[in-house]
Amino acid sequence: MKRANQFGLPTRICIALVLSLWMFVCLYPFAVVLGGSFTAESEIRRGISVIPREFSTASYELLFATPRRVIRAYQVTIFVTVVGTVLSVLVNAMMAYAISRPNCRYRYQLGFFAYFTLLFSGGMVAWYIVMVNFLGLRNTIWAMIVPYLANAWFLLILRAYFQSIPNDFAESARMDGAGEMRIFLQIFLPLSIPAIAAITLFTAMRYWNDWWLGIMLIDDTDLQPLQLMLRSVMSRVQFLASDMGRRASDLGITVPTRGLRFATTIVTIGPIVFLYPFLQKYFIKGLTIGGIKG
Amino acid sequence: MKRKHRSYTPAAPLEAPAHKLGAVGRVVSGVIGELVKNRTLYMMCIPAIVLFILVNYLPLFGLILPFKDFSFAEGIVGSPWAEPLFANFEYFFRSGVAWRVTRNTFLYNLAFIVIGTIVAVSLAIMLNEMKTKVFVKITQASFLLPFFISWIVGGMLLRALLAYDYGVFNQVLARFGHNPLDWYGTPEAWPAILVVADSWREGGYRTVLYLAALAGIDPQLYEVAEMDGASRWRQIRSITVPLLTPTISILALLEVGRIMNADFGKFYALVGENSRIFPTADVIDTYVFRTLRNVGDIGMAAAPAMYQSVIGFVLVMLVNWYMRRKFPQGSLF
Repeated sequence: MKRANQFGLPTRICIALVLSLWMFVCLYPFAVVLGGSFTAESEIRRGISVIPREFSTASYELLFATPRRVIRAYQVTIFVTVVGTVLSVLVNAMMAYAISRPNCRYRYQLGFFAYFTLLFSGGMVAWYIVMVNFLGLRNTIWAMIVPYLANAWFLLILRAYFQSIPNDFAESARMDGAGEMRIFLQIFLPLSIPAIAAITLFTAMRYWNDWWLGIMLIDDTDLQPLQLMLRSVMSRVQFLASDMGRRASDLGITVPTRGLRFATTIVTIGPIVFLYPFLQKYFIKGLTIGGIKG
Repeated sequence: MKRKHRSYTPAAPLEAPAHKLGAVGRVVSGVIGELVKNRTLYMMCIPAIVLFILVNYLPLFGLILPFKDFSFAEGIVGSPWAEPLFANFEYFFRSGVAWRVTRNTFLYNLAFIVIGTIVAVSLAIMLNEMKTKVFVKITQASFLLPFFISWIVGGMLLRALLAYDYGVFNQVLARFGHNPLDWYGTPEAWPAILVVADSWREGGYRTVLYLAALAGIDPQLYEVAEMDGASRWRQIRSITVPLLTPTISILALLEVGRIMNADFGKFYALVGENSRIFPTADVIDTYVFRTLRNVGDIGMAAAPAMYQSVIGFVLVMLVNWYMRRKFPQGSLF
């Protein structure tokens, strides 16, 4: 039945070619940076390619010669991601559960209270002043966690999911004397694992990839997350080129400045690309839970 | 007082008989009664409510910032009013920047929506035609990969393509006998670069959404069309596209509501502080950021930020109103 219902072979081959071309567009930049990171500095100037013209690990050696910075950035990012994700999912899920209950009289008002934050914002400047002056978050690790904890979007997706669970579950548990917190933790959370998993993944990605909070509120290089370390490698590269680089070139050594940039990029995205095949499935599922409705 | 008010039967608001209280008293006692009755539920909301107030609601007071001569020592309320009151707005609109950043923000987002949607819908329809499971899985995974990395990394990858000396593009130009091009100094090239970069990163994500919508189309429709002798092209034109239109409109409209809000990360990571390409690549958000961080003038930065907030709010409300009329089941609220 399916056989007839498709394009002829030539058309399908064309479609496959177009899709492969877009796949190439998606993957090629990664491949070329990977190639560049393993290219000798003297060759980079002549152009980088997927297969290094002259293989060299000098960029990685330089990067890990002083590994403190990289390790520190990883620590910061991992801490922010783990703590932020756990707290954020808990905070959002709790309120989502509460306002999904039909016996909660002010559920619509509270829902709107959250929703309003999506509609209107005081803008970047006022936000910055509140964060710095009022909350004193500048140059603390919490600056990269607190602002993203409550998220109306995730909250409303979770609420919709909780609402789709029959209220009878809650009713019968209540008959047996379970409190709301217990119903939430022991009945609704386990029943909502697909939604919770998706929101957890979204939140974790948001924290892992974030550099906006860092760029606004962190000056201390010791608190720099991975993404910002990558960005500051640019200026560090210039420093190397100017100072150490000059001394090195006196000694006849080429400092891999551009190569260092590529190597740092690879080190930054390494874990993501490694975990990607496992995460992707949940991500797609999650998008189809929340995305369509919004 | 040990009574448990957790059942659905509406309990008496409070112990005091209602008729002895005034109208206001009745409302207050009703509110308190509800808060006491469902105290666990309301307590569960407290962390999120506090965070929303601190992070999202307190900055709303900052809407008076553009009218203030702000100093950190005196705070938002204590700082004196700007002289004249609209000085910061006047500066923003007189400098000629206002038009540039507004136009760029609007046109870029429009291009992202239109071209991004066309790319994603085409990719989704094409993927849907492929019956080899492994091929579909691999291509879809590749499309989605860029979405998992930050724009900072995206900026690095873009540099590998565009850099003057080692960049891939200039190598290709050299192979065809052209001189290398200084991409980071050519404003004309950036609209195309930014639109492709947008589709590169977000295309896979949008494609997933459209694929989900495609999966929801009743296969019987195609079978019937098949029996009537419709070609596959005809089926796509007359079944797939019309049935995809509501999803396309909803997703596009949601983005239209945010058309004045540029994705700061995208522009800042790809363009950064490279003033040579500002004429075609500077948007409101990057301009506000630079004024705040580099110039350090709060009032001057707050004026365009407020201008953007207000226009953004109006647009979101318009879009929501329109969506509620057109897709009653689809809107969030």
